[in-house]
Amino acid sequence: MIHVESLHKRFGKNVVLAGLDLDIAQGGISAILGPNGSGKTTLIKTVLGMVIPNKGTIEVMDTPIGNRWKYRQDINYLPQIANFPGNLKVRELIAMIKDIRQKPSDEQKLIGLFGLEPFLDNKLSNLSGGTKQKVNIVLTFMFDSPLIILDEPTNGLDPLALIRLKELIFEEREKGKTFLITSHIMQFVEEVSDQIVYLLEGKIYFKGSITELKTKTGQSNFERAIAAISTHNNHD
Amino acid sequence: MKRREVFFCSLLLLFGIHLQAGTITVCGSCKVKTIKEGVAMAADFDTLLIKKGTYNEFNIQITKPLTLIGENYPVIDGGDKGEIITIVSDNVTIDGLFIINVGTSYTADYAAIRVVQSEHFLIQNVVLEKLFFGIYLEKCKNGKVYHNKIIGDAVDEYNSGNGIQLWYSQNIVVERNIVQHVRDGIYLEFSDNITIENNISSDNLRYGLHFMFSNDDIYKDNTFENNGAGVAVMFSKRIKMLGNTFRKNWGTASFGILLKEINDAEITGNTFEENTVGISIEGSNRINYSKNNFIKNGWAIKVRGACYTNTFIHNNFLYNSFDLAYNSNLNDNIFDENYWSNYTGYDLDRNGTGDIPYRPVKLFSYIVNRTPETIILLRSLFMDIIDFSEKVSPVFTPDELVDAKPLMKRIK
Amino acid sequence: MIKILKYSFYDLMRSRWSYVYFLFYLLLGFVLLFLNNELSKAVITLMNVIIVLVPLIGTIFGVMYYYNSKEFTELLLAQPIKRSSIFLGQYLGVAGSLTVSLVLGLGIPFALYGLFQSNAIWDFSLLLITGAFLTLIFTAVAFNIALSNENKIKGFGYAVLAWLFLAVIYDGLFLMSLIVFEEYPLDNLSLIATMFNPIDLSRTLILLKLDISALLGYTGAIFKQFFGTNLGLFMSIFMLCLWTVIPVWRLAYVAKRKDF
Repeated sequence: MIHVESLHKRFGKNVVLAGLDLDIAQGGISAILGPNGSGKTTLIKTVLGMVIPNKGTIEVMDTPIGNRWKYRQDINYLPQIANFPGNLKVRELIAMIKDIRQKPSDEQKLIGLFGLEPFLDNKLSNLSGGTKQKVNIVLTFMFDSPLIILDEPTNGLDPLALIRLKELIFEEREKGKTFLITSHIMQFVEEVSDQIVYLLEGKIYFKGSITELKTKTGQSNFERAIAAISTHNNHD
Repeated sequence: MKRREVFFCSLLLLFGIHLQAGTITVCGSCKVKTIKEGVAMAADFDTLLIKKGTYNEFNIQITKPLTLIGENYPVIDGGDKGEIITIVSDNVTIDGLFIINVGTSYTADYAAIRVVQSEHFLIQNVVLEKLFFGIYLEKCKNGKVYHNKIIGDAVDEYNSGNGIQLWYSQNIVVERNIVQHVRDGIYLEFSDNITIENNISSDNLRYGLHFMFSNDDIYKDNTFENNGAGVAVMFSKRIKMLGNTFRKNWGTASFGILLKEINDAEITGNTFEENTVGISIEGSNRINYSKNNFIKNGWAIKVRGACYTNTFIHNNFLYNSFDLAYNSNLNDNIFDENYWSNYTGYDLDRNGTGDIPYRPVKLFSYIVNRTPETIILLRSLFMDIIDFSEKVSPVFTPDELVDAKPLMKRIK
Repeated sequence: MIKILKYSFYDLMRSRWSYVYFLFYLLLGFVLLFLNNELSKAVITLMNVIIVLVPLIGTIFGVMYYYNSKEFTELLLAQPIKRSSIFLGQYLGVAGSLTVSLVLGLGIPFALYGLFQSNAIWDFSLLLITGAFLTLIFTAVAFNIALSNENKIKGFGYAVLAWLFLAVIYDGLFLMSLIVFEEYPLDNLSLIATMFNPIDLSRTLILLKLDISALLGYTGAIFKQFFGTNLGLFMSIFMLCLWTVIPVWRLAYVAKRKDF
């Protein structure tokens, strides 16, 4: 699904990705983890073409992305900070994204799922953070695309919405979708992910299932295993 | 009123001559085939009726009082050989001829019609084309040049002549003529008491009207448009310039009026529109400027050299790039109660004049005078800023040059 | 691109600022006409306003919009849209809405005052065309500055400085160099210097209409050719187009290579 080869990215003097190689197979949920500044968001953004790498190649569904943009038609992306143009109403934003993507969508179901009906005619600038995130989720999931990238999807969500989100993710996985997720909430990651990709200093430090991670670190608790993998490295 | 009088007079004159004298008809198929023959045959006060046709003649000398009338504009083609009609007698009338191809010479001023030392002549309804000099009055008195059309094809000043030229002449009326594409439209030298009225002088190479050493003349209600320069008045006294229009006299040394060594003149009710310089003044004193309109000129008035006791009252200065340019720091001229469209003051006491004086000379016009290329910065914000600071505390421009009572409304 | 343009335009047409801008011009038009009582005089005053304020407003508005719509931009970047389309669309949205505000804001009062019956209409249309060009140019310059400066305050500062430089300081330096080198033939140089500043260029274009009589008083042959024929008009318009195209092109170029 995604094939990344010797990816380098520098911001000024700050090296963020240093020859990263990654293969994500089709189907399943991969969580991209790592300490702050390890390049998670940068990696996602290079896959999306929002950040241009200094070196290396990225293939999405067997085609190099280069400077192309049409492949994004097959990706649904949930950005980390759900800020939208404040002058638009929720309804208008949804209509606009539909207009841009020109793909069949089922936003009605999602709006119902997250209880957004009362907010449809509100301006986005008047919405709370959690509601904005729900709108964000609707915008991400309303299209049927093989690859779904979620950057901190749980931000600001209430418990009910979180449950709905998880259900949604599982439902889509059943359909054979491929997920890339970053999150700070380890419990969420543990619940949803099939595979962990741990980034450190611009490279893949670990890639495997949660069980493999636990075995490797000798921890029975997932959160501790993650902590251990970080500290282990720090003392290296 | 005056027009009608003139008309009746000339009509009476014509009929009078008719009654007393005989008429000789000239045409291609008549007994008299050329104008020269006709003139030779005619007795004093006879009329030559010239029928439509082309007459290839030049050097026609009229030595006795005659009336030459063209019927349907007969063409006299001079074939570029020299002068065409020379009048050396009093009481000659020329009416309704179409004269073309006057000879060009570098030594003699050939004219289409020359009047020499004569009185009581009338030249009217004549059309002149392809000419060198048009109508040339030499030491004449009491004559009239009325309703003629002179269309030249002058390209260079050195080999072209003037449309209507008066030399040492007095009491002449030049009225309702159209003069185009010659060197000077109308030229006066040593000619006094001349009235120039309702003429249209345009597209001439040098000046629309040119005075040299001529005194006590009046020109009024004329239009001068798109000439090399509008009107040059030089070394003359007591000239009255009334109600004329000066338009689009564009160019490096171009102006509506140039006044050079002019004293005691009156300039009233004229309109200066879109000229590079409206009036350019050099060494001229005691001139009254009133009720003139200066509209959209580059410079409404440019004062160079010594000019004393001139007064500018009740003029409209509208949208000129510069209202006034002065090349000296001294001022002995009076500006009072003019309307300046660039005036930004206020009238709190509602007496119709602004409460703060207007300074017509901008610092920028001083700078442009010094470095002409800076004209390209006209209307720049930077220029407005330094103009403003100069306005507040004048350093380069004459301190006392102000209109203390600028009008708030334009004079109709 | 058309879609982005459409949404940016809608977004702006709905924002308070477009109305402020529109009302400002509307008010300006009425006040000018009220104070001057005459179309041709109002047109001259308006010229000063246009060559100073339009660039300033274009600059500020451009920078402001860019920074304010960052989220919108990021949202769009993840969509299947070409990058240059996003930025050009937004740019055209801003410049377009500003131009519409300008044209309507000034056009309405002047039209009500009998512009169409007046012969000031050509001067006025030229003013509006110049105003539109200045909006396009300075919005593009502002977008360029904002795109190259992540820091909002810095970007704002640079943009205002750029305006100040082109509107005032440039002419000051220009004037000083003309006076210092006055012994040399300067007409070529001064025309070239004009070409390098869009504000001067627009001013020249307007001068061609309002002050041609004064411009033709200068002796230089090059000036004469420039101002006396249509060359000046065509050159100025051509250069203004160039001034519009180059920043827009750079905008697309930089946008293509930038990380978000």
